[in-house]
Amino acid sequence: MQARTSARRLQAAKNRPSSIVCRPSFVKAMMAVVQKDLAAEFRSRELLSAMLVFSLLVILIFNFALELDIKTRQSVTAGVLWTTFAFAGTLGLNRSMAVEKDRGCMDGLLLAPVDRAAIYFGKAISNLAFMLIVEAIVLPVYSMLYNVNLFQAGLLGVILLGSIGYTAVGTLLAAMSVQTRTRDVLLPILLFPVAIPVLLASVKASGGLLDGAEFSEILTPLNILIVYDVIFIAVAYMVFDFVVEE
Amino acid sequence: MIEVNQLVKRFGLKVVLRGADFNVRPGEFVALLGPNGAGKTTFLRILASLSRPSMGEVKVAGHRLPGEAAQVRAKLGVVSHLPLLYPDLTAEENLEFYARMYGISNFHLRVTEVLELIGLERRRKDLVRTFSRGMQQRLAIGRAVIHDPEVMLFDEPYTGLDQDASAMLDDVLRSVAAQGRTVVMTSHDLARAEDLATRFDILSRGVIAASATKKDLKRTNLLAFYKQALVD
Repeated sequence: MQARTSARRLQAAKNRPSSIVCRPSFVKAMMAVVQKDLAAEFRSRELLSAMLVFSLLVILIFNFALELDIKTRQSVTAGVLWTTFAFAGTLGLNRSMAVEKDRGCMDGLLLAPVDRAAIYFGKAISNLAFMLIVEAIVLPVYSMLYNVNLFQAGLLGVILLGSIGYTAVGTLLAAMSVQTRTRDVLLPILLFPVAIPVLLASVKASGGLLDGAEFSEILTPLNILIVYDVIFIAVAYMVFDFVVEE
Repeated sequence: MIEVNQLVKRFGLKVVLRGADFNVRPGEFVALLGPNGAGKTTFLRILASLSRPSMGEVKVAGHRLPGEAAQVRAKLGVVSHLPLLYPDLTAEENLEFYARMYGISNFHLRVTEVLELIGLERRRKDLVRTFSRGMQQRLAIGRAVIHDPEVMLFDEPYTGLDQDASAMLDDVLRSVAAQGRTVVMTSHDLARAEDLATRFDILSRGVIAASATKKDLKRTNLLAFYKQALVD
């Protein structure tokens, strides 16, 4: 009986058609991760609501704590904004990777026959989307509270560049820190020193634009932002595979 | 289908696998037994390309690891005690996501087939977070077979399941194995494995310490050996 079952299974194994997998393209796999993250987040709203409430609280606290005149308010705007974005971004980055790790979903992603960099880019794009959504809500609230016009094309461009750099390096470091028990503490400790160039350049460029500086005056921080973005996207592309493997 | 020679895995100074040899023929259902901490999960993670071997040779479905990991992953399905599912997506959305990650062209059709196979067709639009542990584990099997893999690895799939859910999982496992797949399942429950597997290997102290087919199970006294391994 047992021998017959084994023989039957062996025959079935021989007759099995080959796998139906056709390795997905890099872009298709990346977009699948982005869509999955957005669908899950728009349903649960865990990550976005935490980031948003935190951001609004920070700008409210600064508003009441500083009690500044209009001119000084304008000069501190860049610093307050980027402090808010950086801390809120860290919350989102931590949560986004923790969701994958806690239920073993990271293993599910890593088991797919795709270039693992596609997983990194998918996660980075969804983290960037969450950060941009929060920024899009925070900016008008900040404008009203501080009586500062933040809707300038140049400033929005700087915010985009800064957010790309921050999420590029943040997603990589979050993938690293999420594998440790102290992930909540470890991510900011790892991220802030590495993100200093992007944060300083963003504050300088944003401050310059708000003060009405000439384009040539903010060229250096802008160049730093662009170079930082390119370098960290390239580094993450090369090392993500090693970061997630045991 | 699976060839492992002198597999060694170290985590820092701790040696988990110490030269394990393991071979599985196509269509075999092997139960890998061993006490907690014997290295069963590490062994399976290496076969699944989730962990790099420190030394030794590993070949799955004709491809070497870790060099040809993407080819291996295309032919491999893995079920662990964690469901690897997103609670805020529906059963259908979870399967569709994984189908896209495996590049399955007509994935809507395949998702329906798999939902029927695991008996969750009527719950396809429900969020996974509303599922019982047993239903989640069935869906986890659905996720693992979405790309119709040749080799399946089960890591303690019965963990946390009640008797009814375990019996249901038995049926799903049987149907998965009956389709000619090569299956390796880790467990510390010999009674459960006895029902399903065609071969039993015992992993103890980092090596495959004993092996017997179902036919030879009583003659080789594997049960006594296994009990001794648990005591040790």
